[in-house]
Amino acid sequence: MHEMSLCESVLQIIEQQAKAQQFAKVKTVWLEIGALSGVEADAMHFSFEVVMQGSLADQAKLEIIEVPGLAWCMPCGCEVLVQQLYDECPHCGSHQLQIVDGDQMRIKELEVE
Amino acid sequence: MCGVCGCGEGHIHSHDEPHDHEHAHEHSHDHGHHHHHEHSAEHSHAPGLTQARMVQIEQDILAKNNRYADENRRYFSERGMLALNLVSSPGSGKTTLLTETILRLKDELSIAVIEGDQQTARDADRIRATGVPALQINTGKGCHLDAHRVGHGLESLNLPEHSLLFIENVGNLVCPSAFDLGEAHKVVILSVTEGEDKPIKYPDMFHAADLMILNKTDLLPYLDFDSAQCIQYAKQVNPRIKVLSLSAKTGEGMDNWLTWLRAEMALQRIAYA
Ligand SMILES: Nc1nc2c(ncn2[C@@H]2O[C@H](COP(=O)(O)OP(=O)(O)OP(=O)(O)O)[C@@H](O)[C@H]2O)c(=O)[nH]1
Ligand SMILES: [Mg+2]
Ligand SMILES: [Zn+2]
Ligand SMILES: [Zn+2]
Ligand SMILES: [Zn+2]
Ligand SMILES: [Zn+2]
Ligand SMILES: [Zn+2]
Repeated sequence: MHEMSLCESVLQIIEQQAKAQQFAKVKTVWLEIGALSGVEADAMHFSFEVVMQGSLADQAKLEIIEVPGLAWCMPCGCEVLVQQLYDECPHCGSHQLQIVDGDQMRIKELEVE
Repeated sequence: MCGVCGCGEGHIHSHDEPHDHEHAHEHSHDHGHHHHHEHSAEHSHAPGLTQARMVQIEQDILAKNNRYADENRRYFSERGMLALNLVSSPGSGKTTLLTETILRLKDELSIAVIEGDQQTARDADRIRATGVPALQINTGKGCHLDAHRVGHGLESLNLPEHSLLFIENVGNLVCPSAFDLGEAHKVVILSVTEGEDKPIKYPDMFHAADLMILNKTDLLPYLDFDSAQCIQYAKQVNPRIKVLSLSAKTGEGMDNWLTWLRAEMALQRIAYA
């Protein structure tokens, strides 16, 4: 359900851009999705197909660029890779981690005609 | 469809009295902060065969919601209001906590509630029975409140300065975490009947919240719920999260919650002055 409303937001952005940048059909959509964003790629692909039906992005291909989770460990003072929000620092075991990357959900680029 | 914002949603409006919010709202629709990289972005692909080209967008998927949330946040700060977004799974006791809180604070503060549910006005009716204004927003198929609908809710509530506004989100531990409503804090309510592992099963919500309330502590004697473990899980996901335990039913622990609310209200007043 979450992914459904995200895809609706993606479609709104595409429709706005279609006017501003003068295109009538979208062939490919590139999204940048962080590993810590809570977005499931599978659910996103499914919702995308449903939401884009009958729109200017009907049949468009969805490409998801996955961005790994990156956090700054306060005790160690270094950046570490994390898979989940509840992960601990692989160096010192601390949970005092501040997310620095991988929580984004962005629309990057479109291939249009 | 909304004449002010062209939003195409059949929601509650009061467009008769133009004020700051509506003006700003309209403005943000016309001049959103999009970045058009027209020069660098439009390079053609497969020249000669098709008209295909690349368009760079670089926008947060939730950018529109976030712009409305910024509007709401400005609305709150201009009026010295404290807005709290209450999130939880269905039935954790949000509405009970609110009615009990209102009964204890309504002589001291101006309070209002925005109720989000998929269907029915039952929760708003329960709030109104305490004597404070409440607005019900039904999200239909939607599983969360968004900042746009809350913004229109603010227009129709038209609250006095220094109000305390509770926004009871749709019962759902997943997607309300992603939708900023402009609140000062998300408060996640977890009832002890739900099990201590919820913070790590639904980490996004506990990561986004500033305060966790463990509710229904009156039931602890009948359960195996491990409070210490639950709090440890919550801190694992969010080292900054504060925790309060209470029973909205018996009133045990309510004083700590009221103290937290009064301190947050005082902070808003200081920021406003
Ligand atoms: N034993 C006990 N029951 C409680 C407590 N707080 C709420 N309840 C009960 O839990 C049930 C759900 O309470 P609500 O206040 O409707 O919960 P809610 O989170 O608003 O529910 P939704 O809006 O439907 O998500 C009701 O039967 C309440 O009486 C508590 O502290 N102890
Ligand atoms: Mg309720
Ligand atoms: Zn470390
Ligand atoms: Zn974060
Ligand atoms: Zn509208
Ligand atoms: Zn609107
Ligand atoms: Zn939702």
